[in-house]
Amino acid sequence: MNSEITLERPEIEPINYLNARHGIASWLLTTDHKRIALLYMISLTLMFFVGGFFAILIRLELLTPQGDLVTADTYNKLFTLHGLVMVFFFLIPSVPTVLGNFILPLMIGAKDLAFPRLNLLSWYLYLLGSAFIIWCLATGGLDTGWTFYAPLSTAFSNTQVIKGITGVFIVGFSSILTGLNFITTIHKLRAPGLTWFRLPLFVWTIYATSMIQVLGTPVLAISLTLIAVERVFRVGIFDPTLGGDPILFQHLFWFYSHPAVYIMILPGMGVVSEVIPTFARRPIFGYNFVAYSTFGIAFFSFLVWGHHMFVAGESMYAAMAFSVLSFAVAVPSAIKVFNWTATLYKGSISYDTPMLYSLGFIGLFTIGGMTGLFIASLGVNVHVHDTYFIIAHFHYIMVGGMVMAYFSGLHYWFPKISGRLYPEGWAKLAALIVFVGFNLTFFPQFVLGYMGMPRRYYAYPPEFQVLNVLSTAGASILGVGYILPLIYMIWAWKFGPKAGNNPWGATGLEWTTPSPPPEFNFDITPVVTEPPYNYPTVDDDE
Amino acid sequence: MKVISETTYYIICGSLLVFTVLTYLAALVDLGEWNLVVALIIAAVKGSLIILFFMHARYSSHLTWMVIGAALLWLGILFSLTLSDYLTRIPFASVLIF
Amino acid sequence: MQKAEQFPELQYRDLDQQREAAELGMWIFLTTELLLFGGLFISYAVYRHTYPEVFAEASRHLDTVIGTVNTGILIISSLGMALAVYGAQTAKRKRLLFGLIAAIVFGTAFMVLKGIEYYHHYLNAEFPGLRFDYSVPDAKGKQVFFFLYFAMTGLHAIHLTIGIVLVCIILYLAYRRRFSPDYYTPVENAVLYWHFVDIIWIFLFPLLYLIDVHK
Repeated sequence: MNSEITLERPEIEPINYLNARHGIASWLLTTDHKRIALLYMISLTLMFFVGGFFAILIRLELLTPQGDLVTADTYNKLFTLHGLVMVFFFLIPSVPTVLGNFILPLMIGAKDLAFPRLNLLSWYLYLLGSAFIIWCLATGGLDTGWTFYAPLSTAFSNTQVIKGITGVFIVGFSSILTGLNFITTIHKLRAPGLTWFRLPLFVWTIYATSMIQVLGTPVLAISLTLIAVERVFRVGIFDPTLGGDPILFQHLFWFYSHPAVYIMILPGMGVVSEVIPTFARRPIFGYNFVAYSTFGIAFFSFLVWGHHMFVAGESMYAAMAFSVLSFAVAVPSAIKVFNWTATLYKGSISYDTPMLYSLGFIGLFTIGGMTGLFIASLGVNVHVHDTYFIIAHFHYIMVGGMVMAYFSGLHYWFPKISGRLYPEGWAKLAALIVFVGFNLTFFPQFVLGYMGMPRRYYAYPPEFQVLNVLSTAGASILGVGYILPLIYMIWAWKFGPKAGNNPWGATGLEWTTPSPPPEFNFDITPVVTEPPYNYPTVDDDE
Repeated sequence: MKVISETTYYIICGSLLVFTVLTYLAALVDLGEWNLVVALIIAAVKGSLIILFFMHARYSSHLTWMVIGAALLWLGILFSLTLSDYLTRIPFASVLIF
Repeated sequence: MQKAEQFPELQYRDLDQQREAAELGMWIFLTTELLLFGGLFISYAVYRHTYPEVFAEASRHLDTVIGTVNTGILIISSLGMALAVYGAQTAKRKRLLFGLIAAIVFGTAFMVLKGIEYYHHYLNAEFPGLRFDYSVPDAKGKQVFFFLYFAMTGLHAIHLTIGIVLVCIILYLAYRRRFSPDYYTPVENAVLYWHFVDIIWIFLFPLLYLIDVHK
């Protein structure tokens, strides 16, 4: 009897983007921004663990002063591929292509991105680029460092440089097309009433990021092409023996690759700017300043690339200018940190997982930023150039900042993406593990670098061993912290409790849709009449 | 999209051809360093004519102008900061004198 | 005559919004193209600063006549594209088809002349990577000049080839009567691309061919 009744009244799952269409083709040929975001999420996670695998090997090798686990050549390949995969195939695309793709149209009340087919093409380009990298490492790897400096990459290295370059070149186009798509979408597809200063700050940061992608990546593309041509045809554009100038390559490379750091960090700042008001239950402090500082960072990011070349033979006058300009980037960055902190002031703060990651972001980003000021000053730079101080500095920005923000955003929007809640206890534990593991990994590296341990060496003097052991121990803790979310999120996707439309009680158009959102996001185009983060404030009642 | 008359197109094309001849003739005169400047100015004028009329930028939205402006600004950044290195290098020989 | 194109795609309010988005997207794409060539132009500036006399000397090995004629040819091809847009906007089908064909013909003529030039450089051993005589005086600077010459004109030629293929597709669509004054975005965007490639050449011409011709 009972079974017949349930047959008559099956639980009706509302139609959403996940169950609206079925079959492999409905995923591989989809133009739905939400499905493409998931495709990106899967492929990025794979690449993240590929890059992480190299990191583990690097740390294991550095456990002892002697080079005993791998040979020097293998070690060169390990750090090259670690950097290459993490930078170009995880950090740069992470927040824009996963969270941006999924959330951006929802946030601005659009049914999709402006060019949905282009969006799918971007993902296929990403896959193709990844395939080249996998091919590169399967056929022997690459040992030039992720920076491809000439003439090492063109005349001396006998590894698979061309395959690596091709992979990065292709993924660069994926990046350009994503940026182009986002800019057009933000300009043309905002819901009625959603003026620029009513946009959530995440949209501002994605816009600024896209600007950098569009304006910077082509220069990387051409410099990599020149490297490839020089290597294949044995001509000289950077090779000094044939009349070229290797410094020129560094100029061209860093014209993109320094702003690329901000491609990585800006969307993370956007995530934090969303999470902090939600869990402090206050409007963001100084919205306009945060918005403008986003563009300030994007603009200044293009004026500082010379600080990578202070000891490379750059003119000392140019070096002075680049040093001063590098200090200037600290201003808009600090504005953001101050405003987040001010938002917390007198807020009713709840320490949910996204908030934990975001608070971690603020602290670690601040440390990364401040040490950045040390190395932007010419004198200190000479001392710590190419040491572990640099490694620690940019890992505080990229891992401590960006990966934290990515995890923050993943947890924050996970209920929207999957329609389920993740297990809060496990998630908090993972956040704690990541924070502890991260600091244990990278703080000793500041000390190591200051004591003079150079980067990119597979052996070191025995007196550095204690700190290196600490760092390796931290890395293993960090690894656990990264695997945990993978497990419980897959679990929660199947078995987690239903999330409801707005589990955090957050503002923003994306929370007005059902979770998971229907295939075309909004049945009726929403009309926006209020500013963002319009939380009732305690001050009003007093 | 505004329709631009055929006559305008012919006039622009004609002036572009005239400017091309002019570039060539200007190169035949020895102006020293100014040869490069004159050539670049003529090229910039030709480029502007194409952008304004052939590419309809003159009749386009502010947004298009912003995109063009951003492109030129960033090209300017690439040039000025890279050249800030090359144009201020002290030749190695003069360092040795100190 | 008109089919599905009359309706905007799902994410757009109306056709106007869709057309504006496509136009904006195209301009942003051209921005990336400009920065792509920008990397070569700055390399040129740096090396011309490094080897001023060698560049002037090497420039005299280029065929100024072909260069000038080619500039004219590209400008006329651009006129063809401009007329094509005019034809599409005003539903003058002959103008549209004629403009596109003119662009293809002149574009191809440019490529042929360029190929002749390349062949001569190959014969003269001025083709870094394939055939280059390093025994000449100032070989380093000359090598860099010719490398840049081939990189810049080569990248330009690749773009022009893509342009010709694009215009062929547009021509086919126009022949099938797929465009109307309401819908001609592909024509418009192909035209923008073509003109952009033209502008690049307009800067390449004096920079490469006309260094100190008067000497």
